[in-house]
Amino acid sequence: MDASAEVILRAEKLCKIYSMGDIVVNALKDVDLELHRGELLVLLGASGSGKSTLLNILGGLDVPSTGRLLYAGKDLTKASDHELTVYRREHVGFVFQFYNLVSSLTARENVALVTDIARNPMKPEDALALVGLSARIDHFPSQLSGGEQQRVAIARAIAKRPDILLCDEPTGALDAKTGKLVLSVLNEVNRETGTTTAIITHNAAIGAIGDTVLRMSSGEIVERYTNNTRADVDSVEW
Amino acid sequence: MKALNRKLLRELWQLKSQMISIALVVATGIMTVVTMRGSYESLVIAQQDYYQQTRFADVWVSLRRAPETLRQQISNLPGVALAETRIGFMATLDLEGLDAPAIGRFISLPENSRPVLNDIQIRQGRYIEPGAPDEVIISEKFAAARGLRPGDGVRAIINGRARELDIVGIAISPEHIYAMPPGSLMPEDSRYGILWMGERALGPAYDMEGAFNEAFVKLSPDADSLAVIDGLNTLLQPYGGFGAYTRRDQPSHMILQGELDQNRVMGTAIPGVFLGVAVFLLHLVLSRLISTQRGEIAVLKAFGYRNIEVGLHFLMFALAAVFLGIVLGGLGGAWLGRAYIGIYQMYFDLPGLQFSMNWQLVLIASSVSLLGACTGAMNAVLKAVRLPPAEAMRPEPPASFKPGLMERIGIARLLPSAGRMILRNVERKALQSFLSSLGVAFSVAILVIGFFMFDGVRFLMDLQFREIQREDVSVNFHQHQSDRVLHELWRLPGVTRVEPFRTVPARLSNGHLYRDSGIQGMQADGKLRRVVSSNILTYPLPADGLVLSRVLAQRLDVNAGDWLHVQMLEGQRQQHPVQVTGVVDDFMGVSAYMDIQALHQLSGEHGLISGVYLSVTQDERSRLYQTLKQMPMVAGVASPAEMLVSFDTQMAQNIFISVGFLVGFASVIAVGVIYNGARIALSERGRELASLRVMGFHRREVAILLLGEQALITLFAIPMGWVIGYSMAWLVVQGMATDMFRIPYVLNPQTWLYSALITMAAALASGIAVRRRLDHFDLISVLKTRE
Repeated sequence: MDASAEVILRAEKLCKIYSMGDIVVNALKDVDLELHRGELLVLLGASGSGKSTLLNILGGLDVPSTGRLLYAGKDLTKASDHELTVYRREHVGFVFQFYNLVSSLTARENVALVTDIARNPMKPEDALALVGLSARIDHFPSQLSGGEQQRVAIARAIAKRPDILLCDEPTGALDAKTGKLVLSVLNEVNRETGTTTAIITHNAAIGAIGDTVLRMSSGEIVERYTNNTRADVDSVEW
Repeated sequence: MKALNRKLLRELWQLKSQMISIALVVATGIMTVVTMRGSYESLVIAQQDYYQQTRFADVWVSLRRAPETLRQQISNLPGVALAETRIGFMATLDLEGLDAPAIGRFISLPENSRPVLNDIQIRQGRYIEPGAPDEVIISEKFAAARGLRPGDGVRAIINGRARELDIVGIAISPEHIYAMPPGSLMPEDSRYGILWMGERALGPAYDMEGAFNEAFVKLSPDADSLAVIDGLNTLLQPYGGFGAYTRRDQPSHMILQGELDQNRVMGTAIPGVFLGVAVFLLHLVLSRLISTQRGEIAVLKAFGYRNIEVGLHFLMFALAAVFLGIVLGGLGGAWLGRAYIGIYQMYFDLPGLQFSMNWQLVLIASSVSLLGACTGAMNAVLKAVRLPPAEAMRPEPPASFKPGLMERIGIARLLPSAGRMILRNVERKALQSFLSSLGVAFSVAILVIGFFMFDGVRFLMDLQFREIQREDVSVNFHQHQSDRVLHELWRLPGVTRVEPFRTVPARLSNGHLYRDSGIQGMQADGKLRRVVSSNILTYPLPADGLVLSRVLAQRLDVNAGDWLHVQMLEGQRQQHPVQVTGVVDDFMGVSAYMDIQALHQLSGEHGLISGVYLSVTQDERSRLYQTLKQMPMVAGVASPAEMLVSFDTQMAQNIFISVGFLVGFASVIAVGVIYNGARIALSERGRELASLRVMGFHRREVAILLLGEQALITLFAIPMGWVIGYSMAWLVVQGMATDMFRIPYVLNPQTWLYSALITMAAALASGIAVRRRLDHFDLISVLKTRE
C-alpha cells in the first residue's frame, strides 16, 4: 500500500461513553485513526476492547460521544440519521459475523438487494463470481453452508463498489478452513478492486495479512504497526 | 419475588401494547356475550314475571257484540281456566299542541274489582272509583310523552261526542308492552295512548251496556289451545266473532317475542363470532409470540429450569392477556348491557326489566377464552421446550425458502426485491398468512353485517313509505261505512284524492293448513296504496283472486295458480274457493290483497269500506285534521310521512351509537391481528431488517418490507370478509324473519366500501404504530444479539 495514498476516513480523538444505570463505561478513549484508500486494516483485540464500537462508529451505525469522524473531509459526527443512512448506502459495505442474509431471498437476490439501491454497482452475478459462488447463485441461505453464506455476505457488501468495507469478525462463526477461504476472498477483493477494508478480529494471527494492524485494549489503541509485506492468507495458521 | 416472576412482569410490561390488543379482543368477545345474551335473558325474565303477575291471557277473540251472560259459557268451555270479557274500541283524542288527531284505545275495567286477566299495574294515582263516569287511567308512555299527570284532563271524541275525562291514574299493561297505533310500525307515544275506563261509564257510549266485544281466556295446564279456539269460534260465531287467536298473534306480544327471537339469534351468533375470533387470535398471536422467545426458553433450560416451569412461565403470558380481557369484558359487558336494556326500556313497557349480570355466562365465556389461549400457547411452548437447549441457543438456521409458485410461474423476476421478499414470506407461511387474513376478514364481515342492518331497514322504510304507502293521510272508521261517505270525504279541506279500502278478517285454508288474516281490498288502479314487491316493481292487482305475501303463501304451502278456501269471519261469513293469482315478496306483516270490488263480491256485502287513503295539500292539512277530529265515524288517522320522520329521528339517535360500537369492535379485531402480526414479524425479522438499515436502506424502505406483508394480508382479507359478511347477512335475514317484518337482503355499495375502508384504516393505524417502533430500532444491539 502506498503510504502517501489519500486519507479516506479520519478519526480524531473519538470517545464513546455508555452510561448503564449508574455505571459509566468508557468504550472508546481518544482514538485517532486514519484509513487510506486501498488499505487493508486489521483491528485486533479481545472482546470488550472496544473494536466493535469503533467499527460501528466508522460505519455510521453509531455516533461518538466526543471527537470527530471525517469522511472525505465531511464531519459525520454532525450528520443526521438520514445523512448517515446515505453514507452507509453509498460508501460503506458491511460483513457481519452472523452473515445476516435475508432468508427469503436467494444468493443473487441478496446481492441485488444492495445493487438495486446503489449508484454504480457490479452485476450481482459478477460479485458472486468474485467470491467463487457462481454455481450457487440461485440458492437460498438455508441451502448454503456457513462459509458460503459468509461469501454471499461479502459479495453483497462489495457489489455496490463501496469505498470502505467493514468486516466484523467475518470468520468468527466459521471453522479454520472455511475462515481462510473467506479471508482470501476479502484479500483478493481488496487487491483487485482497491476497496479500503477494515477487518475486526480477536485472532492475532490474522494481523499478518493487513497493511496496517491496530491492537485495542480497554477502549484504547495500544499497539499500531505496519507490515512491510502482506502475508499470504494460506501461510496464516490458527 | 422469584427471578422468573420478575422476568414475567417486566416482559409483560414490555409487551404491554400487544397484551392489551389481545386482551381487547377477548374483552370484546366476553362483552358481547354478557351484553347480548345477558339482555336477552333479562328480557325473558322480565316478560315472564310480568305476564305471571298480571295474569296475561292465552287466547284472545274480538267480536261485534255479545251479552255479558255469554261469559259463563266461555268459562265452561273445556280447557278454559279463567275467562274475562270487556269493551274495547278506538276513539280520537283532541290533544293540546297536536294538530293531527291522536288515537286512544279505550278499554273497559271492572269497577268493583280488578280484571281477572290482563290486569293493569298502577304506576301513579289510583284505580277508578265505581260509578264515576269521567274517570280515566292512561298509559304511562303516553302520559310521559304528553306530560299528563293524575289530576289533568284529556279530551276524547267518543262516538262523535266530545268528552272531557279526568285522569286519576297512570298505568301499564302486559297487552301494551309495545304500544303501536293501528297502521303504524312503531310506538308513537305522543299520539297513541291506552285509556282505561269503568265499564259502566264506557258501555253506554258505544251501546254496549251489559255486553262485550272482546274476550280472552287463560288455559288450564293440560288444555289444547286449538280446541279452545274452535270452541270459542263456534260459540261466538252468532255474535260476530272475528276468529280467536293465541297469544302468539297478540300484537304487543308478537313484537316482543319477535324481538326476543331476534335477540336470541343475534345474542348467540354475534358473541359466537367474537369469541371464535378471540380464541383464534389468541392461538395465532400467542403461538407466534412464544416462538420468538425460543432463545430465552433455551437459556432457562440451560440454567436447569424444568420443562413444566418453563412451560408455565410462558403460559402466563397467555393467561395475563386473557385475565385482563375477562375483567375488561365483564365490566364493559355490565355497562353496555345496562345501556342496551335502556334502549329496550324506551320502546318496551316492561316494569321489571333490568339488566341482570349473569355470572354463569361470564364463566362460560371466560373458560372458552382461557381454553383457546392455553391451546394456542401450549403448542408453541411445547415446541420450544422440546428443543435441546444447545440447539435453541445457536442462531436459528435461516428460514427455509425454496423456489416456489412465484418462480414456477415466473413472476418472481418481474418483481422488485421488496415484492419478492414480501410474497415469499407470505408463501412460506401460507397457512399462518391465510389465518391472519381470515381474522381480519371477520372484522370486515362484522362491519358488513352491521351496515347491512341499516341498509336493510333503510330500504324497507323507503319501500314502505315511498312506494307502498303513498297517501298523505289514512283514515280508519269505527265500523264499515257505506261508500257513499266518499263524496263527503272528497269535500274535506285540501283533499285531492280519495281511495277507499276495506279490510275483512278471514280464514285462509289449504287442506289442514290455515291462517287467519285480514284480506285487504284496495282499488286495482289505486295510486295511493299499491302492492309493491322487493324489486320495487308495482304488482298490479288482478280483477279476481288473491295476492299473498310470500311468507303467507309459504305458511299455506301454495303458489300462484293454486286455490285456497276462504271463509269470511264477519258479516254473512261466506265461504268460497279463491285462486291465488300472485305471490309478492314483501317485508312488512303477512298480507292478502285483493281488488276491492272482488272482495265486495266475495263477502257478498257491496259498497262497504273500512277506511280511506287521502291525498291532501300541505297547507290544508291542519284544517283537515280539525275536521276529522270531529267526525264520529273516524276511529283513527295516520300519516306515513310523520311515521317516517319519527322513524328517522329514532334511527338518527341510535345510528351513531351503533356504528360507533361496530367500528370499535371491528377495529379491535383488525388491530389485534395486524398489530400483533407486525410486532411479531418485527421480532422475528429484526436482524434482517436491521441489516438492511445498516446497508443503507432508508426507514421507509424497511418499513415497506415489514408492513407490506400485513398490507397484503389486509387486502386479501377484504374480499374474504365481504363473502363471509354477505353469507352471514343471509343467515341474519333468515334468523330474524318474523311475521311482523323481514329484513330485505339488500346491501348498498357504501357498505362494501366502508367495511373495507374502516378495516384498512385500523390496519394502517396498527402499521403506523409498529413503524414508529421500527424507526427507533437500535441497529447495533439488534446486530449483536442473536434473535
